Amino acid sequence: MTASDYLCAALLIIGGLFFMAGTFGLLRFPDVFTRLHALTKADNVGLGLTVAGLALQAESWAVAGKLLLIWLLVLLAGASVSHLIAQGALQRGMRPWKR
Amino acid sequence: METLIAGAIDVALALAVVGLAWGALASADLFKAIVLFVAFGLVMALVWVRLNAPDVALAEAAIGAGVTGALLLAAYAKLRAASPDANVARAGGMRGIGSISIRILILLLAAALGCAVWTLPSDYAGLGKEVAANIDRSGVSNPVTAVLLNFRGYDTLLEVMVLLLALMGTWSVGATAPQRETAPGPVLDSLSRLLAPLLILVAAYLLWVGAHAPGGAFQAGAVLAAAGVMLLLSGWRLPAALAALPLRLALAAGPATFLLLAVITVLLEGRLLQLPPLWAGRLILIIETTATISIGATLIALFLGAPPGKEDRQ
Repeated sequence: MTASDYLCAALLIIGGLFFMAGTFGLLRFPDVFTRLHALTKADNVGLGLTVAGLALQAESWAVAGKLLLIWLLVLLAGASVSHLIAQGALQRGMRPWKR
Repeated sequence: METLIAGAIDVALALAVVGLAWGALASADLFKAIVLFVAFGLVMALVWVRLNAPDVALAEAAIGAGVTGALLLAAYAKLRAASPDANVARAGGMRGIGSISIRILILLLAAALGCAVWTLPSDYAGLGKEVAANIDRSGVSNPVTAVLLNFRGYDTLLEVMVLLLALMGTWSVGATAPQRETAPGPVLDSLSRLLAPLLILVAAYLLWVGAHAPGGAFQAGAVLAAAGVMLLLSGWRLPAALAALPLRLALAAGPATFLLLAVITVLLEGRLLQLPPLWAGRLILIIETTATISIGATLIALFLGAPPGKEDRQ
């Protein structure tokens, strides 16, 4: 294994950890707003690290560019959809959780 | 070690597919059932990837999870709008004598399918060799496209027809959809403005790349439909001038072109959809382009659930 293989493995594992933390948050957090908070961290950072890891193994710059584009699209969609879900929840009268 | 990890992934995927399917069928809450069904479609797409069938995986993710999920959610919203006080739950659909006989039938069907798979000769290579031997005459280099559009073109012809029939059925029973444009709010507005052109570009790419790599008319049509569904959700409505003849032309272009080609090939070549090798590549591109437009338009119209433009004329 070369140095870039080790780096790739490390990035993928850390990305996986972010996804796992996000999933735990989704399952354990008390209301829709905190769950969204957990989920966007997982999607944005977890997927970003995964894409970075996979781009190291990509055959060409074009493939790496496509991976980057996928990440940017997920960032855009994730942020927008989270906003829409939170707005919808507020409009239905849900209030953010307080201790 | 690698086969062990791959085996563990396969087992986890198989368990997840069965579990999600069970959850979608057994859930008393319709909304939960729809969400589970979409999740089932996504895991199913991963299963197809593991089975080395990226074409089917693309179609499953785009149509099975994406478009079907949107259609189910649209139907759910209409159900709730029709009876807002009644909590939309399954009214005991799986109880009584009828359901027991249905369950026995399903079990028998599963047993028969299992037997059929079990008794397949393990060394049977399938038709892959024959496809590979004749691929030069098909006009494309992606074997899946060669089978779908050339060797067994009549299957795809019927699939395109089924989609059109489904829309005709929906239009014949559905009430009219309200045709007012609504303001979507800044976030949805800018998102749809950014994504819609990109989705159309991706659809064109999928259509073009289908000739030599995974892709094709159904995947491209589903992506086109995704753009339309997003525009509909963000308040856009088809202009009244386009709602009558132009929409119907878009819906019929694919099936009509396919059917015309079928008639011409019967008359000239003597066999249904026997594409002459010299022209096959160009003919497949024409069929796929018109089919993509029609599939996209049909799926968007199905999502709307009623012929547009009627309210405007009242």
